[in-house]
Amino acid sequence: MKYFLVFIAFLAFSLTSCGPAASLSTSPTQASAYIENKGSDTIVNLALAWAERYQGEHPDVRISVTGGGSGTGIAALLNGTVDIANASRQIKPEELQEAQSKGINPVEHVIARDAIAVIVNPENPVEELTLQQLSDIYSGKINNWRGVGGEDRPIVRLSRETNSGTHVYFLETVLRLGEKDNKTLFSTDTLLLPSSEGIINEVRQNPNAIGYDGLGYVPKDLKMIAIARQPGDSYVLPSIATVNDNSYPIARDLYMYTAGEPNGAVAAYLDWIMHSDEAQAIVAELGFVPIALTPTPSP
Amino acid sequence: MDKSLSWREYIITGVIKASGYSAIVFVALIFYFLLHEGLPALSEVPLADLLGQRWYPIENYFSILPLITGTLVVTLGAMLVAIPFGIGTAVFIAEIAPRWTRDILKPLVELLGGLPSVVLGFMGILVLAPFLRVFLDLPTGLTALAGSLLLGGIAVPTVVSIAEDALDAVPQSYREGAWAIGATRWQTIWRVTLPAARSGVLTAVMLGLGRAIGETMAVMMVTGNAPVLAVKLTSLFSPVRTMTATIAAEMGEVASGSVHYHVLFFIGLVLFLISLAVNVVASAVVFRQKKRAERVLS
Repeated sequence: MKYFLVFIAFLAFSLTSCGPAASLSTSPTQASAYIENKGSDTIVNLALAWAERYQGEHPDVRISVTGGGSGTGIAALLNGTVDIANASRQIKPEELQEAQSKGINPVEHVIARDAIAVIVNPENPVEELTLQQLSDIYSGKINNWRGVGGEDRPIVRLSRETNSGTHVYFLETVLRLGEKDNKTLFSTDTLLLPSSEGIINEVRQNPNAIGYDGLGYVPKDLKMIAIARQPGDSYVLPSIATVNDNSYPIARDLYMYTAGEPNGAVAAYLDWIMHSDEAQAIVAELGFVPIALTPTPSP
Repeated sequence: MDKSLSWREYIITGVIKASGYSAIVFVALIFYFLLHEGLPALSEVPLADLLGQRWYPIENYFSILPLITGTLVVTLGAMLVAIPFGIGTAVFIAEIAPRWTRDILKPLVELLGGLPSVVLGFMGILVLAPFLRVFLDLPTGLTALAGSLLLGGIAVPTVVSIAEDALDAVPQSYREGAWAIGATRWQTIWRVTLPAARSGVLTAVMLGLGRAIGETMAVMMVTGNAPVLAVKLTSLFSPVRTMTATIAAEMGEVASGSVHYHVLFFIGLVLFLISLAVNVVASAVVFRQKKRAERVLS
């Protein structure tokens, strides 16, 4: 019995002391340049795909990519532990202040865009909605398609799970209309589906459903809704063109930040990301919107 | 006895003992781990919030009531499917079917039990949910009912297999005695064979219940996962979110050691206690019936 107690104690100790500690990095062997890249979980797969392709072509460059969130990435950039921070949002004023107090000038690079398409069943006659109507639908104020000019059908709201970055972005941009102190929540009867595939399947066979997904994931047989920012504005369908000219409202830029203007290997890598067809083709493959390759004046 | 033999005996007994105790040890360790990770939730989240209306963890709404009621609705529905179908099938296989039918049916039912639940879930999404939506004219087919039907289907093989074994173990003389005093086949099954196999049949139901309550994948795919407080009679026909689906969907992304993480473990603890209670009640009932049967026989 004594041995068992020792065994229990040992197992209990090893169980409680283990915690997740995962990071993706490539082994630094005989490379002339190392690039540390950290930040947004939305971008992490894209950044990994880029890093893999780029390292295949430039064996002398080693790129290590980790996630953790936009805030984590920017904090690491300001602490000087990474070369590039990935962010799915712009740098916050307080982060900028901290950077200036450390003598760092963060430089923003738009590397891709991310657009969310709102989808319905092709049988649904509704073609267009305003952001306010979308917000009212998802928060539970409008419960019948009649309320937005459709047939007399109940609305079935579909959403991604709460841990998805897309869910949070949709909450902030659509439900809360981008207003900071707006505390609107999803209606409790919103179906939270674990995958994009689940949403697409349900929209495909259910004329009551409304869902959203990354533009790159929407199959051709579903209907995308044209969206207007304000009731008077024109309704815009999502496409690479309307995302790039900022007329489609549910789209955001994805960023990489460097401390000061990049140089050397980092500059070459960012140039490849932003100005090569190859890198931007990967963007489209992963369901994001490629940036226009002709240099556009930054806002 | 020569010395090497006694040594071998000693080692073999030790190994067998160790495997026997290991079950207890593992359950104890798992329980300890759940307590260690889950109990902090009680101090981090006020009890009134834990028993509130809403589950929306990214905005710190941590009510586990919608999840508990969701699990209860789906499991009760599943039992309404699994108990009549499971016991009916078991009675047919054990009492009515001719030998050759039985030799085909039982392995087939057990094969059904080996189907991965994710496959059933996929069929649920593509076939069952659209059918339910059209047939019952519901807003969506992704409801507690779809989950119940699938879970019932998943639990049926477990119930059939164990209940059939129990019925099979009833001595033939019981049936012959019933027939001899003029009982019909139905009277024999209902009044003699089933009561005689009661404890085994009850075990079958409890194991089926355990299978249903712990099932995750199929449920997550077809119940819609909307954390609605399921307290109305119509809740069976609306989307619900179960405890298992919540843990499976959210555990992967949660920050270790956060409030959300502790609440997820707390849900695991509640789930553990529910199945513990089911098992304790089941064995208490079986135990009491044994004693009464012994009293009658003595």
